[in-house]
Amino acid sequence: MNVKKENLIRSSLLVISVFILIYPFLFKAAFYQHIMIMVFMYGLLAVSWDLMGGYANMFSFGHSAFFGIGAYTSTVMLIHWGINPWIGMIVGGCLSGIVGVLISYPTSKLRGHYFAIATLAFLFVTKILLENWRFVGAAQGLSVPMVKESSLLYFQFHGSKIPYYYIMLGLLVLGVVLTKWVIRSRIGYYLRALRESPEVAQSLGINTAKYRLIAIALSAFLAAISGTFYAQYVLYIDPPSAISLHISVQVVLISVFGGTGTINGPLLGTAILIPLINLIGAWLGGAGRGIAFMVFGAVIVVMCLIQPDGLIKYFEGWKLSNRRENEAA
Amino acid sequence: MKLLEIKNVTKRFGGLFANNRISFDISQGEIIGLVGPNGAGKTTLFNCISGYYPPTSGNILFEGREIKNSPPYKVCARGIARTFQIIENFQKMTVLENMMVGAFKKHKYKGKAFKKALKVSEFIELSDKNFEYASDLSPPEQRRLGLGMALATEPKLLMLDEVMAGLTPKEIDEVLDLLRKVRDSGVTLIVIEHLMRAVMSICERIFVLDYGEKIAEGNPEEIAHDEKVIQAYLGKSYAQG
Repeated sequence: MNVKKENLIRSSLLVISVFILIYPFLFKAAFYQHIMIMVFMYGLLAVSWDLMGGYANMFSFGHSAFFGIGAYTSTVMLIHWGINPWIGMIVGGCLSGIVGVLISYPTSKLRGHYFAIATLAFLFVTKILLENWRFVGAAQGLSVPMVKESSLLYFQFHGSKIPYYYIMLGLLVLGVVLTKWVIRSRIGYYLRALRESPEVAQSLGINTAKYRLIAIALSAFLAAISGTFYAQYVLYIDPPSAISLHISVQVVLISVFGGTGTINGPLLGTAILIPLINLIGAWLGGAGRGIAFMVFGAVIVVMCLIQPDGLIKYFEGWKLSNRRENEAA
Repeated sequence: MKLLEIKNVTKRFGGLFANNRISFDISQGEIIGLVGPNGAGKTTLFNCISGYYPPTSGNILFEGREIKNSPPYKVCARGIARTFQIIENFQKMTVLENMMVGAFKKHKYKGKAFKKALKVSEFIELSDKNFEYASDLSPPEQRRLGLGMALATEPKLLMLDEVMAGLTPKEIDEVLDLLRKVRDSGVTLIVIEHLMRAVMSICERIFVLDYGEKIAEGNPEEIAHDEKVIQAYLGKSYAQG
């Protein structure tokens, strides 16, 4: 790897980071800040999806259900028991992880399309359950109780989106760091091995069921974190907004567009597609929102035709050299 | 004590007896050949030992403990590794990463697994390809990689399913040298092989299967002159003549 290219990568990474950090002060309009917040939120969802769909080869259309579990858990705990949403976030994540583990048992023998269909069923079951469950607001949904003043402790800010911006950015960074750490550890190697060939993986001592389970649990946990943020950000949730096929499909498409099984790919995909949908939607207004999704679809179809491995494939050589590999070579 | 004991193992698929009451013992440090015509049940027996199929009846003991109903990953944890008849590896991972997956069984940390993979790679003479993707290797190199992945788990018993298929005579000699090196490092080997020259030159004992049954057992010299074996391979008329 030549030094010049490495410097270019380093400096562009630096510029992007600085840009993200000062973005809310460059773009003061709430709408532009909202777009970036959505980028971070979907970014975390896409990264969590990638862990399951990209690395463990479990194509999930049910991620919105985990997202919804996160949103509902923190909100229900806040409304009924007055528990702080930050704690609700962790509890929601854990609950979502447990649900993930539970659905992984009946689906453990399913592969490919069949697993995807099972996750779809899971999504609809969760949605119908919430629509009919009085305790959690049924079809009316739940409003997050307002606090009088903006408070970090209660995770509510009025009049400004900037705190939400940095909180979601922080959550995304934490999520990405955690996921990358897992992917680079033994678990990550095992998941990639499983994706390539479960038979060989078993012969090398990998308990396939166990590692599938770990991937689902972690993925569900991260998706739920994103969900709690959504509830606190919008302050109102109902089954169609928190648990929808729409969110699930969007997350899958974004990840496929960016390049699955890479973590960076889904992030790149979100950074491009989420602003695209929002900007086109706002520009055309009203019925134009429909056209935004047509453009969204078209972009993905084109990407699948010209580069099925996703946009990230074009940046394949853009890696900072690995210290250990240098030592070995 | 015997390392591996196969006791009356039968594997039935519907009406077909793929393995029929097969018994044999293997001691530590041997190189065993498992031969027989196509469809004789050699690979099925491997699958039974390594946990992919539960045997219909009979028993399999490894170091005196039953492994009959253990799943493959537990059998591997006990110290049995295997390779596959068709080339099987993780295509989108590099040579070293492929072997690290195996090495993680004994070394939980990445640094240590990496070092182990480096060592194995040197052992199987694939060091110059360490950072290439498995999919970019030639078929003989992929065969050697399969061997390396199994070795990285540090097995006591290594079962090789036709590692020499499709190799040139020169490459076969290289693999034979490699297998002797593996044996000298203390690993017991069972080798399924069609190439008689290869089997005869490295195996100390040979078991011959035909139609799911063990028809002969002995050293290479005995096997070469066994009437039943000649009959199985060349037909009745040769055996009589």
